[in-house]
Amino acid sequence: MNTLLRNAWLIPAIPVLSFVLIIFFGKRLPKKGSEIGVAALGISLVLSIATAVAWISRHPVGEGHEKFRHAVDHNLFTWFSMGGTDVRFGIHVDGLTVTMLFVVTLVSFLVHVFSTEYMKGDRRYTHFFAALSLFTSGMLILVTAATTLQMILGWEIMGLCSFMLIGHWWEEQANSDAALKAFFTTRTGDIGLLVGVSVLFFAADRTFNAAKINELALDGHMSHWALLMGATALFVAVIGKSAQFPLHTWLPDAMAGPTPVSALIHAATMVVAGVYLVARMYGVFWSAFSIGAEGHAGVNPIAIIGGITILIAAALAFVQADIKKVLAYSTVSQLGYMIMGLGVGAWTGAVFHIFTHAFFKAGLFLGAGSVSHSGSHHSFDMKKDMGGLKKHMPITYWTFVVCSVALAGLPILAGFWSKDEILLGAGSNGYTAFLVVGLIGAAMTAAYMTRCVYLTFHGEARGNAAEHHPHESPPAITGPLVVLASLAAVSGLLNAPGFELFGKLNLNEVFAHAGIPEHHFSLLYAGGSTLIALLGITAGFLWYFRQLGPHGITERSRLLRAGYVFLDQKYFLDVLYTDYIIGGIKGPIPRAVYWFNQNVLDGVVNGVGVGARAVANFVYDVIDQKIVDGAVNGAGFSAEEGGSVLRVIQNGRVQSYAAVMFGVAAVSALALALIVSR
Amino acid sequence: MLLNEFLFLAAFLFCVGVYGALARKNAVLVLMSIELILNAVNINLVAFAAYGHLIAGQVFALFVVAIAAAEVGVGLAIVLLIYRNRHSVDLTSVNSMKG
Amino acid sequence: MILAATQHLDVAQNIVFGLVSLSMVVAAIRVVTTDNVVHAALYLVVVLAGVAVDYVLLAAEFIAVVQILVYIGAIVVLLLFGTMLTRAPIGKSADLDNDQRWAAAVVSLFLLGVLGWALNDAWGSDRLPPAQVQRTADVGNSIFQTFVIPFEVVSILLLAALVGAVVIARRD
Repeated sequence: MNTLLRNAWLIPAIPVLSFVLIIFFGKRLPKKGSEIGVAALGISLVLSIATAVAWISRHPVGEGHEKFRHAVDHNLFTWFSMGGTDVRFGIHVDGLTVTMLFVVTLVSFLVHVFSTEYMKGDRRYTHFFAALSLFTSGMLILVTAATTLQMILGWEIMGLCSFMLIGHWWEEQANSDAALKAFFTTRTGDIGLLVGVSVLFFAADRTFNAAKINELALDGHMSHWALLMGATALFVAVIGKSAQFPLHTWLPDAMAGPTPVSALIHAATMVVAGVYLVARMYGVFWSAFSIGAEGHAGVNPIAIIGGITILIAAALAFVQADIKKVLAYSTVSQLGYMIMGLGVGAWTGAVFHIFTHAFFKAGLFLGAGSVSHSGSHHSFDMKKDMGGLKKHMPITYWTFVVCSVALAGLPILAGFWSKDEILLGAGSNGYTAFLVVGLIGAAMTAAYMTRCVYLTFHGEARGNAAEHHPHESPPAITGPLVVLASLAAVSGLLNAPGFELFGKLNLNEVFAHAGIPEHHFSLLYAGGSTLIALLGITAGFLWYFRQLGPHGITERSRLLRAGYVFLDQKYFLDVLYTDYIIGGIKGPIPRAVYWFNQNVLDGVVNGVGVGARAVANFVYDVIDQKIVDGAVNGAGFSAEEGGSVLRVIQNGRVQSYAAVMFGVAAVSALALALIVSR
Repeated sequence: MLLNEFLFLAAFLFCVGVYGALARKNAVLVLMSIELILNAVNINLVAFAAYGHLIAGQVFALFVVAIAAAEVGVGLAIVLLIYRNRHSVDLTSVNSMKG
Repeated sequence: MILAATQHLDVAQNIVFGLVSLSMVVAAIRVVTTDNVVHAALYLVVVLAGVAVDYVLLAAEFIAVVQILVYIGAIVVLLLFGTMLTRAPIGKSADLDNDQRWAAAVVSLFLLGVLGWALNDAWGSDRLPPAQVQRTADVGNSIFQTFVIPFEVVSILLLAALVGAVVIARRD
């Protein structure tokens, strides 16, 4: 069994191989590469399930509160050694890893199957599947990572694939802009990731290993200042990647990508990467922000950001006409729940919410895809091109409804259990303000989902839904919908009271070390949250299904009209970012730099050039022409004059030469004789 | 007999030969003077051969004779050619290398 | 007895040498001072013959004979041919000395002085040993054993000189 856990690195490796194969061979295959992708993800899914089974059958070790399954932290190889530190690559498998593996591979597999039908005939079908594989491998690398460096690797791969996939139809300017916006916004956050990883490396005595960093953080052996800086920097990255306020603006625009992409990346997997990071490095956050400390102030940065995000995103979901944008804001809001959950100490609840949210949100997105594919003729505008689709697309309708109810948090269905745990944690750990925020958010969630269901499936058919004969989608599309809806229905029972398998499986070293309190099912909280959810649904039902309430009020009241515009313009955040912040930097700084370049730098260079030319002229005129040439000419002149003097000797007569020769020989002989005789 | 008798004789002949080679105008007379020089050398060689009981001196003298013969042959050929071109063997007029 | 014979021989040698060298000296000076080219050649013959007699005195008989055969018999003949072919004036001619004869005289006298002094200094009173006749066979052995390579080279030289002389002097 341990072999499976130790070789969990295979699970990310298979999609990487699939990526390479699709790139090189995809176009030549009969199904254009999708068969490789589906097969690879199928294998990874099977391996993930096997790994989960291996994990479940692992024996818990320890006693009482300390009794849990110990993680497998397996070192694969040492990448390089520098300055006494070994940088290693390894895998870390525990309950959280196994949960994420299952979620990612399952949703990715279902999205692959969905895409074979949805993306049929697309202009870049093969590359789509290649990018999907690469993305999945990135996420899998992130969740199996043992070191923070590997997490960076997976994080960045996902950033790249998100860019590629959002901009899949880049020929239209809007899509390309959306891809860039997503990339740059998350990149802004990634600065925090790099800073945070580096700070924690040095604070944790030069190690990248996540488990060790958590341990050292909880032991109190890190300098508090470094810990705080590292945690804050990491949290900035989380804000960017998981679309928290204020860096949430990219997620709704990312809906410009194909619907399967939205389902996989922007609902189930990539956006929860930030939540996963917090969950994995929880020891660091727990210590840095004193989440569980006695007498804490009832607020901490994580919870605050999460709480704000819940509310503002839920509010925005009410004014969207595009169904995908509704779901996008809903995702942002639910991510806020997860972050808030981690901020109030409800670790199990937050992770469980990742688990359940993946299923019903992916189901909702794929449902929207099904509607656009077969119902509204490729349009996502609820107000213009949908309505009355219930009778034409029953499977889509019922799966959509099941997932919506799960999202709203009615009992038995998955969302109830996970959201309830978060609220329970908020209340029990002393974060009462956030309990209130969570309840308000739950009500709003229920209400806007009711609106969404009504506008899409009920009422009179409008636009495309009326003209283009809506029909049910083919099995490749409805199959995944059914699977996801079923999971949305039953997965919550995994952590039902008395059973609580999920909680037990996910106990880990951080829990034991930090002493994170576990809370069990409370009927009070359960009842309270159900009531709130029903309140929201009822309000929505009355407004839309029965057309009660003050319809058209925003036309009549100036104040409410202003409020509507404020919401419509997404709180003017986009304007703030693009025009003021970026625009303010874009203008003056380049101008200043250009001035510096032209006058100072070029001035120096030109000056050097002028100086060099003056020196060269001097060298030529004085040194070369006068001195050197003078010497050379002088040598020639003296040779000539000397020659004409000596020429007299050459009279051409052999006998005179011979006379000279004999004379010299005689003199030399005398000299020699004198020397020898001495 | 004194060795020096022969050596002095040889030296005298050598110097007379040198005078003749430098002072005579006719090319053939110059050649004759050169023969005097060579013979002086030969006397030296043979005298030393007798003095030191070296047979090599006589052998060398033989070679000198042979070479002298060859040299006179070639030298006269050149003189003939000079005569043919200039119609005189006056060595003072052979000065085209002047300058 | 032998000593007396040697002494007698010694005296005879000295007398012969004195006569011969006197004639050689006179003849040599006449070679370089006479006005008549043919007379010069004949005086040269006298010198060459005297040299041959000197060789005999030095007990180098083979060389003496070679000297007479080659020098007098061939080279002088060649020189006389040369004289004839270059239309040298037969009989007295105007002058056969060029204008640097005083310089030449100085040079040769100086050279004589140097040589004389050097010779006197080196072998002032060295006597020649009693003459030991060198057998021609010894000379031949020496040539063909120790000095065979110079011999071969001289052969080639003679060939080259022969061919060269023909090439230089031919009419074309």
